[in-house]
Amino acid sequence: METSNLTNKDNEILSLANNLRWDLGVNFHDTVIESIYEDASRIAQRTVAQEGDPAKHFDLKIDRIVTSRWLGFPIMFLLLALVFWLTVSGANYPSGLLADLFIGKLYPLLKQFAANIGTPAWLSGVLIDGAYLAVAWVVSVMLPPMAIFFPLFTLLEDFGYLPRVAFNMDSLFRKAGAHGKQALTLSMGFGCNAAGVIATRVIDSPRERLIAIITNNFSLCNGRWPTQILIATIFIGGAVPSYLAGIVSAGAVVGIAVLGIGFSLAVSWGLSKSILRGEASAFSLELPPYRPPRIWQTLYTSLIDRTIFVLWRAIVFALPAGILIWVVANVHIHGISIAEHFIDWSNPFAVIFGLNGVILLAYIIAIPANEIVIPTVLMLTVLQTGMSGVGAGAGVMFDTASIQGTEEILRAGGWTLLTGINLMLFSLLHNPCSTTIYTIFKETHSWKWTLVSTFLPIVLGLIVCFFTTQIWLLITS
Amino acid sequence: MNNSQGCENCPVHHKEHLIRMGIAMDRVDYVIALAGNPNTGKSTVFNNLTGLRQHTGNWPGKTVSRAEGGYSYAEKRYKVVDLPGTYSLLSTSTDEDVARNFILFGRPDVTVIVADATRLERNLNLTLQILEITDRAVLCLNLMDEAKRNHIEIDLRNLSKELGIPVIPAAARQKEGMPELIQAIEEVASGKYVCKPHRAKSKSPKLNHAIATLVKKLEEQFPGIPNLNWVALRLLEGDESIIDAIRTGELGTLSPTTFPTLAS
Repeated sequence: METSNLTNKDNEILSLANNLRWDLGVNFHDTVIESIYEDASRIAQRTVAQEGDPAKHFDLKIDRIVTSRWLGFPIMFLLLALVFWLTVSGANYPSGLLADLFIGKLYPLLKQFAANIGTPAWLSGVLIDGAYLAVAWVVSVMLPPMAIFFPLFTLLEDFGYLPRVAFNMDSLFRKAGAHGKQALTLSMGFGCNAAGVIATRVIDSPRERLIAIITNNFSLCNGRWPTQILIATIFIGGAVPSYLAGIVSAGAVVGIAVLGIGFSLAVSWGLSKSILRGEASAFSLELPPYRPPRIWQTLYTSLIDRTIFVLWRAIVFALPAGILIWVVANVHIHGISIAEHFIDWSNPFAVIFGLNGVILLAYIIAIPANEIVIPTVLMLTVLQTGMSGVGAGAGVMFDTASIQGTEEILRAGGWTLLTGINLMLFSLLHNPCSTTIYTIFKETHSWKWTLVSTFLPIVLGLIVCFFTTQIWLLITS
Repeated sequence: MNNSQGCENCPVHHKEHLIRMGIAMDRVDYVIALAGNPNTGKSTVFNNLTGLRQHTGNWPGKTVSRAEGGYSYAEKRYKVVDLPGTYSLLSTSTDEDVARNFILFGRPDVTVIVADATRLERNLNLTLQILEITDRAVLCLNLMDEAKRNHIEIDLRNLSKELGIPVIPAAARQKEGMPELIQAIEEVASGKYVCKPHRAKSKSPKLNHAIATLVKKLEEQFPGIPNLNWVALRLLEGDESIIDAIRTGELGTLSPTTFPTLAS
């Protein structure tokens, strides 16, 4: 194609360039670049004066500690744990307040109002029990942790810590046959997988970029943090003495996040040894100076850009999901709701993996947004166990305003510590949300890689849950 | 003359005329490219100019694709394009291609080179390469606060003389130097300030002759392309992407109107 388009003129230019190049000899490229470098250094010498010691000693001292062979990783994990602990312990109280306001106070008022103006039951069901409650739940449960987590994470980023994380993990990724910059896209994935997938553009090699895209889902995104934090608080924190609960549940969440990094590395290794075979390419990463974080600006931008943005997305997806949940819980076929049909049908299959039909259905409904997994699980559990006196009837997505209330419902639904652990694992290892799947397709232009990125984590998740369950049962029986 | 009038007459005092337009850019008078080494604060400068909140972060390689925004100043409308950070324009990676192609073929009216004042020499390498391919540029010497912390002093007047372009000291994170930068961009864009960009002098006569011969041929085939000297030099160096651009005729079709779809 290209040669046929080639006009004589173009050919002439190229062959002329070729001939001239021979005349000039091989070294001229270096002389051109050299002269630029010489000029740069001459100008710099004339215009820059360094008085006294540079303050860079400070940076060097920090770097020697945070990128040291022995302390690098422990410091990384400690910082992560600190961020989660602050998030877990700080979010509970404001969450309770918001839930009390939206669900405890506003919800009955709305119901009352709808009844007063004579709204048909199905309409107030769809709008108030479905859509409103879904949104209210998302706001009260997601806003506080995000408003704590994102600013903390952004402060670390602004300070200059992220490149050090990449520096620490570079050799691991290289050993896995992946690009060292994958450490950066992985970090972005902790915020949002779709953003992480877009960030893989910093990786030039298509092979390494595909690896980074496929494995980005193993970074726990913010939509999954609330699930992890809540379940860890209930089941893991609940299994230890109360004075240890905060630390241990934060540790469990860190454990899941680290496990995600482990899967990222292992799957990268597997891919680069099989369908995406090749050598890791070298790159240089500059460690920028540490900069004093701009506290107020960071608070402002991370609240506006990240928190509100993510919250808005969650609300947009929660609205239709809330309606859908209400419908599957209230439309009956042969006297049983669609939701119960599915749960009864899938339960035997799910139990093998230590999960249950409720969780599977919740993950299907929550494909658009991971954020709504927990409310869906709660609602479906109430429906399935036929608990009375909790919530407001079938298919009403509600929050119990307190973690104890959530725990009661889940335990009544037959949940154990094992179910909790499996839910945490499955939350780490399942398909990306629909936004991420769409982003992967846009970035790769390939159905094949989009499907691989979607189903590989599900298969892994089921395998991991299966073995966890079987080993657990062996030990405890 | 009272004090307030004195302020208004000062060329720097135009802050209230600055209207940040975000992404609303239906009609623009000037196109401004933001180039520079990675992690020198291009995106922060971009945000200051446009009022947008392009994500900023202290790590190199954060800006992966071009971001565009606009502002209006002294009754002119400017479109600002935030390019990925690069260490050179020698086209060894996609980022460098995006940045280079835009400066070369997108024909920005002004290229603002954002440089790290604490690492001036290395930043000058890229600055000089950019000056080889464009006539109108402004050096935004960013991170002056850090330079101060590191006891680095820079002779701004001399630097500007050496480079032949305005040099504006700035601390974009603290929003310092932005009014001056906007003013300098306006002067270069409108032609009030005529740049005399530094060009590498030590090219051999033989090389000069080779470049001239090639430029003549290129002019016949691709009239109206700026910086043909530079295209010729890259051809002589066997730059694959430029050779491809000639082979596919892409070089001829590149123009400011068709360009924007190219690099995104």
